[in-house]
Amino acid sequence: MPTTLTTAPPITRPAATPTKRTARPRRLEALAAVAMASPAVVLLFIFLIVPILLAFGLAFTNAQLVSPRPMRFIGLDNFTRLAGDTVFWASLRNTLYFAVVVVPVQAGCALILAMLVNAKIRGRNFLRTVYFVPAVTSMVVVSLLWRFMYQPDGLVNKFLAAITLGRWEGIDWLNHPTTALPAIMFMSIWQGVGFHMVIWLAGLQTIPLELYEAADIDGATGWNRFRYVTWPGLRATRTFILVTITIATFSLFTQISVMTQGGPLDATSTVVFMAVRTGYEQHSTGYASAISLAFFVLVLTVSAVQRFLTRERP
Amino acid sequence: MTATPQSPTAGPRATPARPLTRRAAAHTLRAGLVLFFAAPLVFMAVSSLKPDGQIFSDTGTIKAFLPIGDVSLDNYRGVFERVPAAQFLLNSILISTVTVVAGLVINSLAAFALSRMRWRGRKVVLSAIIATLIVPFETLALPLLWWVNKLPWLTANGFQLTLTTGWLDTYQVQILPFIANAFSVYLFHQYFTSIPTELDEAARIEGAGFFTIYRRVVLPLSGPAIATVAILTFLPAWNSYLWPLMVVQSEDLRPVMVGIQYFFQLNVAWGQIMAYSTMITIPVLALFLAFQRSFVNSIASTGVKG
Amino acid sequence: MLWTHNAGNDKELGVVRQIIDDFNASQATFKVEYQAFPQGAYNDSVVAAAAAKKLPCLLDIDGPNVPNWAWAKYLQPLDMPENRFADQLPSTVGKYDGKVYSFGFYDVALSMITRKSTLSRYGIRVPTLKQPWSGAEFTAAITKIKSSGDFDYPLDLNTGATGEWWPYGYSPFLQSFGGDLVDRSSYTTASGALNGAPALAWAKWFQGLAADGMVAKKSGQDPAVDFTNGKTAISWNGSWAADTVTAKFDDVLFLPPPDFGAGPKIGGGSWQWGMTSSCGSREGAQAYLNFARQTKYFVEFGKATGLIPASTTAAAQLPNYAPEGKYRVFLDLAGTAVVRPETPGYPYISSVFTKAAQDILNGADPKQTLDKAVTDIDNNIKQNDNYRS
Repeated sequence: MPTTLTTAPPITRPAATPTKRTARPRRLEALAAVAMASPAVVLLFIFLIVPILLAFGLAFTNAQLVSPRPMRFIGLDNFTRLAGDTVFWASLRNTLYFAVVVVPVQAGCALILAMLVNAKIRGRNFLRTVYFVPAVTSMVVVSLLWRFMYQPDGLVNKFLAAITLGRWEGIDWLNHPTTALPAIMFMSIWQGVGFHMVIWLAGLQTIPLELYEAADIDGATGWNRFRYVTWPGLRATRTFILVTITIATFSLFTQISVMTQGGPLDATSTVVFMAVRTGYEQHSTGYASAISLAFFVLVLTVSAVQRFLTRERP
Repeated sequence: MTATPQSPTAGPRATPARPLTRRAAAHTLRAGLVLFFAAPLVFMAVSSLKPDGQIFSDTGTIKAFLPIGDVSLDNYRGVFERVPAAQFLLNSILISTVTVVAGLVINSLAAFALSRMRWRGRKVVLSAIIATLIVPFETLALPLLWWVNKLPWLTANGFQLTLTTGWLDTYQVQILPFIANAFSVYLFHQYFTSIPTELDEAARIEGAGFFTIYRRVVLPLSGPAIATVAILTFLPAWNSYLWPLMVVQSEDLRPVMVGIQYFFQLNVAWGQIMAYSTMITIPVLALFLAFQRSFVNSIASTGVKG
Repeated sequence: MLWTHNAGNDKELGVVRQIIDDFNASQATFKVEYQAFPQGAYNDSVVAAAAAKKLPCLLDIDGPNVPNWAWAKYLQPLDMPENRFADQLPSTVGKYDGKVYSFGFYDVALSMITRKSTLSRYGIRVPTLKQPWSGAEFTAAITKIKSSGDFDYPLDLNTGATGEWWPYGYSPFLQSFGGDLVDRSSYTTASGALNGAPALAWAKWFQGLAADGMVAKKSGQDPAVDFTNGKTAISWNGSWAADTVTAKFDDVLFLPPPDFGAGPKIGGGSWQWGMTSSCGSREGAQAYLNFARQTKYFVEFGKATGLIPASTTAAAQLPNYAPEGKYRVFLDLAGTAVVRPETPGYPYISSVFTKAAQDILNGADPKQTLDKAVTDIDNNIKQNDNYRS
């Protein structure tokens, strides 16, 4: 029990300098650490690692969701089929396209919003709440609402017509291969930006006031204050935000399922949507697992690259 | 904008005395943003008061945002007739609260051990956790379903404890798989690493053990991380949909999002969907209001110095 | 224990409850309880429970899923003499491998919904089941309506719907052209049926409707409401929409679909009841199903749902469905219904057809798309050893 360790003898460990320590406290420290980490590790093992391993195994079988027959190992068949599946490549492309646009735009807009509502202005709590409301609304509901708004005679077109003095010709946003995914991106950013605004806000408020005062004394204003005080102060927050949005974009599913079903012409099909359609609707558990597995590998590569890049920068 | 030099304003600021035009521009911008973010949800709330036919004929006009025409609370009455909404809300509150609270404790403990203590295997565990970060739940639901049905559970029957197999149709199957969360561990880890270790040293000199350091030194400084993790685990728990559909058969155990399916009959009850959506959004919003005051605002005063 | 898909649908659930109460009161040996699920989630729940071996004794099942679940041994044959189902609409009896696995109390029918006044305004003939519109006549009719500019779209095929609507709603057109989803003589290939000349003709027609602006590529979220709001002139929709449209207009017509060569066709097969293989009390389940087959319950379901009663004797007792009743036409239409292919491979076929039809509507090359669909279906059939039991 970690609590019993509160009586452990104090350990001297000056930060960042090599220490000489006796073996006993070090073993105690290790023991305490394992005790503290184990609840999470055990739960993660049971509910995450085991299913991943199961999915890994299924990817090499012809398992069906509904079938009287036992499944059979079919080697790499699923993967060779995957390599030639145009829908898979389209889904992969769409997923990456979505991530590449949404991650920076959503993070950027969220930061701007955060700085706007961080100022001492009247009603800022009201503003924060309004910006945050979409984030707490279920994505299923949000997607239904925006389907109404994206219709050819829906609000989005009416609004654009109004501000262009009628020069705007309504388009069927969700039904053109070129506009469908951007329309979903726009909606997703609308929905998620408030949440990330709150995270940025929390980060902004950890930046010590003294730094701004020092900057003021140095005569820094506007952009320089941001460049040399705010931005470096948000280092940890930045990583949080990049990773959260990346995860959300890679698992894009609900919006697609409610709004477009991957259409028109696979323009909005994503990897997770394809895996779910294959696994549940088409009952092909084995093939769906292969899709997921290929996707994990891709994502691991991307996150390794991302970690490498974020680590490089000071 | 009348921010004084002492304010924690991080954004670019101009001189205190602003020309009127710029102030007007700022107000317009704020008004535009408010409209932009509120409009779809106002549409939802307003539509919840209207009959289906009118919802559809109003789309695309300003009337969609105004509670005019045939306005009534009929849809709300319909919701309660169709769905045991109170039960669903209660279930969701229970499930999300337990998931969030247990998750905060367990994940931050693990992150503490991973970031501020030295032990062999730490790097391996951390990399393993980070590697599993981006696994979308949808792709694991089927293997997990098969697996949870093999797991044992102790049931208390009076004073008698019995061992049962299979977790289908229970609360725990909706809670336990979601408590430990690789992403939460990662967030806490990132955050804890940014807290200077000198604080630990000081506490240790005063005789504090690891758990005390965790509770008295690290946690109080981790407001933003706690808030983030809490919101981040609360929202999916509240909105969970696919998983409860698969694992829960009894109506008494269903969470709120499943309820939305009750309205998709051969004739879809759009007005009632709007009403139900409005109803299930309000508790979350109320929670956020409480949250943002206690966390986001207070962080400034407890903020890390130096 | 009985599972039903009626959660959120009080009227229909009320009848289920009534039957259960009556049955439990009628004898003391067996006791039936029920659990209601929302319809959209029902199949997932059943499949999940089957994987966990936790199925109840009695289930209701959407018609086209019966062969799949029978093949997977979720269900067992009812083991009742087949002539007992003689007075039911054929589309309401679920068969697989020559055995009856399920029966339903009602069916739904599709029709071209429009108003008499609309047709007469544009000088369009009112078709009958015996003399339906021909393909050319239909095209002329919607072209005329479109050129008037009175409606957003002359025709609404409910293209905004998702999932099972696509094969249910559009494979009848394909069949009227002479094509089909799969070769029904063997059920081992879709080749010829889904990519032959008739199928290609269907695909071109279907694509043309969208290209010429006759239908929306993605219609509004509720076609019945769009129809009553005057946005569309003719709406291809199920009989469940009948109450909504007749409440608004008093001159609504429910018309048969056009005949593209092989006769007018509509889809068939709705929810049905069956018993599971894992049922511990076979006699109890059979007793219950037998008990439920009283005409009065068919009538009750008809009253509660407004849908087509599955038996002709029950129809006679429902004013709307009696000869001359305002919905009688649905019963006649249901007589011409083609059930979706009775093969365990249907869920896959359904998903592939849905995607193919969506792609075609959005301008994909018809020949290529259908060929790919056929290849996918044939591969799936092969991977499952022809779905032999």
